[in-house]
Amino acid sequence: MEIKEIIREENKVYSSPVLLDETDMHYCPGCSHGVVHKLVAEVIHEMGLTETTVGVSPVGCAVFAYNYIDVDWVEAAHGRAPAVATGIKRLWPDNTVFTYQGDGDMAAIGTAESIHAANRGENIVMIFINNAIYGMTGGQMAPTTLLGQKTSTTPYGRRVDLNGHPLEITELMKLLDGTCYVTRQAVHTPAAVRKAKAALKKAFQNSLDKKGTSVVEIVSTCNSGWKMTPEQANNWMVDNMFPKYPLGDLKNE
Amino acid sequence: MAKVKGAVTVNIARCKGCNLCVVACPTDTLALQPHEVNDRGYHFAYMKQPDNCTGCTSCAWVCPDACIEVFRVKVDE
Amino acid sequence: MKGEVKLMKGNEAVALAAIRYGCDGYFGYPITPQSEVLETLQAEMPWETTGMVVLQAESEVAAINMVYGGAATGKAVMTSSSSPGISLKQEGISYIAAAQLPALILNVMRGGPGLGTIQPSQADYFQATKGGGHGDYHLIVLAPSSVQEMVDFVTLGFDLSFKYLTPTMILADGIVGQMMEKVVLPEQRPRRTDEEVKAQCPWAATGRTGLRKRNVVTSLEMDPARMEVNNHRLQAVYREIEKNEPRWEEKDVDNADYLIVSFGSVARICEKAKEIAEEKGIKVGIFRPITLWPYPIDALEKAAKDKKGVLVVELNAGQMIEDVRLSVHDSLPVKHFGRLGGIIPSPTEIVQALEQKLINPEK
Repeated sequence: MEIKEIIREENKVYSSPVLLDETDMHYCPGCSHGVVHKLVAEVIHEMGLTETTVGVSPVGCAVFAYNYIDVDWVEAAHGRAPAVATGIKRLWPDNTVFTYQGDGDMAAIGTAESIHAANRGENIVMIFINNAIYGMTGGQMAPTTLLGQKTSTTPYGRRVDLNGHPLEITELMKLLDGTCYVTRQAVHTPAAVRKAKAALKKAFQNSLDKKGTSVVEIVSTCNSGWKMTPEQANNWMVDNMFPKYPLGDLKNE
Repeated sequence: MAKVKGAVTVNIARCKGCNLCVVACPTDTLALQPHEVNDRGYHFAYMKQPDNCTGCTSCAWVCPDACIEVFRVKVDE
Repeated sequence: MKGEVKLMKGNEAVALAAIRYGCDGYFGYPITPQSEVLETLQAEMPWETTGMVVLQAESEVAAINMVYGGAATGKAVMTSSSSPGISLKQEGISYIAAAQLPALILNVMRGGPGLGTIQPSQADYFQATKGGGHGDYHLIVLAPSSVQEMVDFVTLGFDLSFKYLTPTMILADGIVGQMMEKVVLPEQRPRRTDEEVKAQCPWAATGRTGLRKRNVVTSLEMDPARMEVNNHRLQAVYREIEKNEPRWEEKDVDNADYLIVSFGSVARICEKAKEIAEEKGIKVGIFRPITLWPYPIDALEKAAKDKKGVLVVELNAGQMIEDVRLSVHDSLPVKHFGRLGGIIPSPTEIVQALEQKLINPEK
């Protein structure tokens, strides 16, 4: 059978997401952000939430998410996305509101906003990209940087005596009465991507069901920040990130 | 006996040659172009051994730039 | 109820005025001397009546960003705080101004710098009128001198803010926030429906109703050429505001030899000082700027014409005096009298300052 006979619309089993723009994404080759963007776009479209969803993109590599995913967006200052999302959700309780935060945003500069939005049980989805490094500013230490991990501000590796411990913010989120669903996923294999999509779907459904705050952490790679190829970065993540940030549901109520 | 045959299309302009689809492909169908590059200088992905493709969609799931669409048909041997 | 006269604190009056305006949301954090705003709103439970959202945030930083989120959806939202809290809000205020969103911010000023005191002050004049946060932006700044103006400026502030898509600050002080006066509250206006908000604010991030083109509320632009265009767009709005919106009040300016320029509650003390001065045969006029930005430059220049001198009275070390000097150029002597750290001057002190600094200046 000729290839052109297979490549026909009626035979299509995987399409580009409807809500993902044609615009080229600015992310580095192999960046996990692209996969997660794709999943968010698919989930919103498949759940019929295009007309009622507002995303909040704070400072970080993904601040430009509003250029790619075709829903309404509000850009936020570094760390403030959960507060901005709170304002939106409280005033439009029937809308679906999600934040898309990096590790610096969620676990350093925005710890207070993140913890308190979750503790209030705001009916929002918090998507948390944990790649253990500051990508946008050029590879500095993040709150989730592993001990021994080299970054531009821990050039000899993160040390407890100098830099403190990696912060497991998702474990903290689990303890809060306001969260209904706290999960940690990854997008490094086809199976992991499928599971991450199911987790996002569940989180958005929780928001519709007004069950409280859902936190979906995606343990991610930043291959350029880590100074590896995308494939090496995935392997490094499995070997080093997963022991500290194990995948799975931390809370599912 | 019915057999599944697949094929993929790659949005060449959008592909950044990250190679993750090649790694994810269980049938050794995909490869990066060894010499040819796209407008931005990336060695883009292509079906090096198209006969191997089963249309399993693994490559598309992991593609960070949503470059890949997958097609699949059942054929009788 | 129309025409109903009540006795209450300025802070309480702001809360009731916000409900009656049809405000959609208030987000705040307690700080003296303005906590009565949040307390009154919580006691009134407007979510049961008008549907207004009231939320005590985890910080001033969070509160202003909740305002930013709400404003980005076209709703009429506000916050209140006092000086140290307003400093924390400056980041968010800059974002709101840059994204051209409507919002109302009340600053009930207390003495600074630092943690300072909880007594009244006007030391945040520079912060309010000259920027405050980062970047080239302005707030519309209204300075109430009475509890009634606290009420009136809620409506005026929201209306101006929506007209120009520029955040408005009510720059009050601890006196006007805490003192009780009689006040007439406006009639209850209904809150706009979601459909009305969408129609009035087609730019708002409310979801892509009808699959319209997506709305993005942002202040970010990586291309400097486009960022310059964005800046020029803001500046064009500011020039319109400067042209249309200066507000002030004058008392006996035409027949005066000396002019006292003062804003907010201090202008009330200056009225008593004027009486005392007149008993001494000194003819004094009072010029009270109501909008501190846009500053009533032309009106002040006219009011100061042919006067022997201008005394600027402020609860700070000399801030508004810079705008007074810019308004009157070097046409006449301009002197400053201020008390600092939360001290309120007596009318007699003000008259003494007038005599010592302008009428019989020490050589």
